[in-house]
Amino acid sequence: MDPSDELDAAAATRITAIPVGRSPFIANGLPQLGAQSLRVGIIGIGVVPFRPATPEYSWKEIMYEGASRAYADAGVDPREDVGSFITCAEDYWEGFGIFDEFTPDQLGAVLRPACTVTGDGIQGLAQGVMQIQAGLAEVVAVEAHSKVSDLLTYEGVVRHAMDPIWNKPLGGSPYYLAGLEMEAYLRAAKLSERDCAAVVAKNRQNAMTNERAAHGLKLDPEDVLASPPISTPLKELDVAPLADTAVVLVLAAEPRARKLSSEPVWIRGIGWSSDSPWLETRSWTNAKYAEDAAKMAYRLAKVRAPAKEIDVAEVDDKFSYKEPQHLEALGLSRKGSTAKAIREGTFGLGGTLPVNASGGSLGCGNVIEASGLHRVAEVALQLRGHAGRNQVNGARTGLAASWRGLPTATGAVAVLGVGK
Amino acid sequence: MALDSAGLTIDDVDAVVFGSAPDAFDGIHMKGENVLDGCGGVGKPYTRVYTGGGTGVFSPIAAYWHVASGMFDCVLVVNEEKMSSCQPHAQSVFGYIWDPILDRPLKPNLVWIFAMEMNRYMTVHGIRYEDIAAVAVKNKRNAVAHPCAQLADANITVDDVKNSEMMAWPVRRLDISPPSDGASALVIASEDFVRKRKVESPVWFGGVGWCIDTTMWTDRDLYFPEYLARASKMAYKQARIDRPREQIDFAEPYDPFDYKELHHMEGLLLCGKGEAPVLTRQGVTQRDGDLPTCPSGGLLGVGNPIAATMGIKVGELYWQLSGQAGKRQIPHEIHTGVTNAWGDLMQFSSVVVMRA
Amino acid sequence: MSEKVESWPGVELSAKEFYGKVTSVKFRPEAKFSWSAGEAMSRFLAELKNGRLIARTCRKCARVLFPPRMFCEECFRPTDVWTYVKDTGTIETYSISYIDLDAKRIKDPVYVGVVSVDGASPKMGLMHYFGGVTPETIRIGMRVKAVWKPPAQREGSVLDIVHWRPLKEGEG
Repeated sequence: MDPSDELDAAAATRITAIPVGRSPFIANGLPQLGAQSLRVGIIGIGVVPFRPATPEYSWKEIMYEGASRAYADAGVDPREDVGSFITCAEDYWEGFGIFDEFTPDQLGAVLRPACTVTGDGIQGLAQGVMQIQAGLAEVVAVEAHSKVSDLLTYEGVVRHAMDPIWNKPLGGSPYYLAGLEMEAYLRAAKLSERDCAAVVAKNRQNAMTNERAAHGLKLDPEDVLASPPISTPLKELDVAPLADTAVVLVLAAEPRARKLSSEPVWIRGIGWSSDSPWLETRSWTNAKYAEDAAKMAYRLAKVRAPAKEIDVAEVDDKFSYKEPQHLEALGLSRKGSTAKAIREGTFGLGGTLPVNASGGSLGCGNVIEASGLHRVAEVALQLRGHAGRNQVNGARTGLAASWRGLPTATGAVAVLGVGK
Repeated sequence: MALDSAGLTIDDVDAVVFGSAPDAFDGIHMKGENVLDGCGGVGKPYTRVYTGGGTGVFSPIAAYWHVASGMFDCVLVVNEEKMSSCQPHAQSVFGYIWDPILDRPLKPNLVWIFAMEMNRYMTVHGIRYEDIAAVAVKNKRNAVAHPCAQLADANITVDDVKNSEMMAWPVRRLDISPPSDGASALVIASEDFVRKRKVESPVWFGGVGWCIDTTMWTDRDLYFPEYLARASKMAYKQARIDRPREQIDFAEPYDPFDYKELHHMEGLLLCGKGEAPVLTRQGVTQRDGDLPTCPSGGLLGVGNPIAATMGIKVGELYWQLSGQAGKRQIPHEIHTGVTNAWGDLMQFSSVVVMRA
Repeated sequence: MSEKVESWPGVELSAKEFYGKVTSVKFRPEAKFSWSAGEAMSRFLAELKNGRLIARTCRKCARVLFPPRMFCEECFRPTDVWTYVKDTGTIETYSISYIDLDAKRIKDPVYVGVVSVDGASPKMGLMHYFGGVTPETIRIGMRVKAVWKPPAQREGSVLDIVHWRPLKEGEG
């Protein structure tokens, strides 16, 4: 019996159930299948080269630029081929009461399913993956941007995210939170400020050969150590400078992905998690959110020995110490030996596990909620073999890890792979 | 309360979705992060989705895809709104939803949007104000049976609405729902989970849809919500509904203003353009009518805590379809209900169809 | 609500019991923005200063888009040429507002609405004030013309137009 006949007949009597996830009904021409059986691939990447300021673009125009690049790369027409559009944004970064209003036109999403996730780009990516696996869309565009140069009071807005009763009244620049965490982490992990300075030097140097980066600079660790203190032990050069960009990724379900792209980059696993929002009860030494997010992503990706299986990693480094802290949480560096690994150049371009070959946030620029999506884009470019002078040869499996920045303890992880 | 009524605890929940409208109301940037512990999100995958006023029906849709993808078995959705924190008045925040170059210099008030849309809708179809005011009367009376109601009134009449204070012509005070504080929560689960845990009286998703229209609202004819019609078609296609007026038993359209119930009934394709006032006049949309509409009392009667209206909309579908609506229970047999929410600059709608 | 729920957790407070009895904190955020107008809006504002309205045309769908934008949202392609449009138009909808930005009552009502502009594609409109009208004379479909500020007072803003007034006999 044709399912629609069954439904008409059932409409006259009680229908017992139309179960979520097991519906016999076809939605948008796709059978509804669970996560394990429907792979999702990245088939289009669009990154507007980062710049410290973009006065010639309005936020709409920079988003249009990023979207145009991604759709051209994917070979799709957003008006015909894209079934859902996701923007990752927060009102207070943009200065609008409801930012979702100002997104559709420049993404090709007018009169289409589109929404905003107030989260980081990888959290947005996860929603896109789930929409595809739930049969709600076959092709999804995920967008995140930074027009932080339009924001005159960046620190004021960061501070505005702190708890109004317990933390805001203390006043001061919110960077003291990073100073406190850096102090606690360095002690627990037995790392030195010099080790963190080496991370800064590595990433800013990598950025010099990444055409997408805004803040490439040839720095010595000495330069970093000598830079003015912000909130000890955090120094000026330990902090990633801000930048503008727009990043758009186009995702597709496997059958469609193979039709549209010669080498889709598969999202093998994805995870996201939040530790306590309370400064007073969260872990100050471990990036617990990254541990939990990685657990979920590794489980879905069937990664058992991450340090061995991951060829290239882009992990959040909005502050220098976050890179090693994240590497430990992700199982990519053994706690206690991270200092040694840094000194031996393990994570450099020529090392055994290149980390932030792109330059990371320190070298490319802190692009707020777009940071995570940018890391996924850089990993995807590596796996395609399109990372130019910073290419890690033979990279087949990569990892992108994000953190939403102060004062949050929220982050996400994506494991990407090419080939079968 | 949601977990208790399902016989579950927070440990049964695999992921949390949070919905809330402007951060500026609460006075916190990234407010989703600030409240995540109250939502049970610590140590879990937690996401906030935000589509302005559409969030009340959109966050359940996000929870739906969490489960329907196969990635999670049980998801808690929590929606919250605390408009009262904003001083001097929550209205001031709405000054920032407008375009900074085209609109804000004119110092617009939020009510202007609704007034302009209501005027266009009335003029194109030649609708009398009395027929619109009748919706406010119906819903505020229906709300008497809702324990959370802020503005229920058993005795309100069309004359009361007509005589209420003029805000921005043609909108009067009693045409509008109040700013409210509120919170609501739903538990969404897979069929497997429901079966294994023997959860009583589940109500099932039939279809979901959402759609956004252009930011340039001044380029649109406001008499009909095209974006809602498309979102409805998306949801109806999944639910295999092609004759909505016959196949849907009751509706909870979003009613922050009385004319919106009518506007949305037409957008939900429950009747032809301009026909919703006729159905109302005929009593079809009363609780004991052929198409009960806003049996909950709606936003007009219960209150408008934006995202938390989830409890008045999707929540009402659940209570009606599972026979738990008490004094609000529709007195005849029902199997299928539809609801929508409406958001952003008159440009977004989310739609959910549910079945018993 | 649900029949299963018999009582609410917590204690209900009235507004009077709440303020003054519960600890509260006042905070004013430091959130200042200076949005780059971008290419389309920058030209739009510059032309307003010159007493002119400008649009963009998309050759593919042949629409004249107003307010102007550098990309056509229908065709998803860059728009092609700058096109001047007239400063006369038609009222698509309006409201007569008795409240201000902060919801306070104002004595003299403000007439506001959407004007679809002559020379642009149908329904391409702008929100603005109306003047020289009364509740009895204003109507949807009324033909109107922009009243500009004197050149020396224009700043490059939508407020360079004071309001739109009914067209006189023989105009437009």
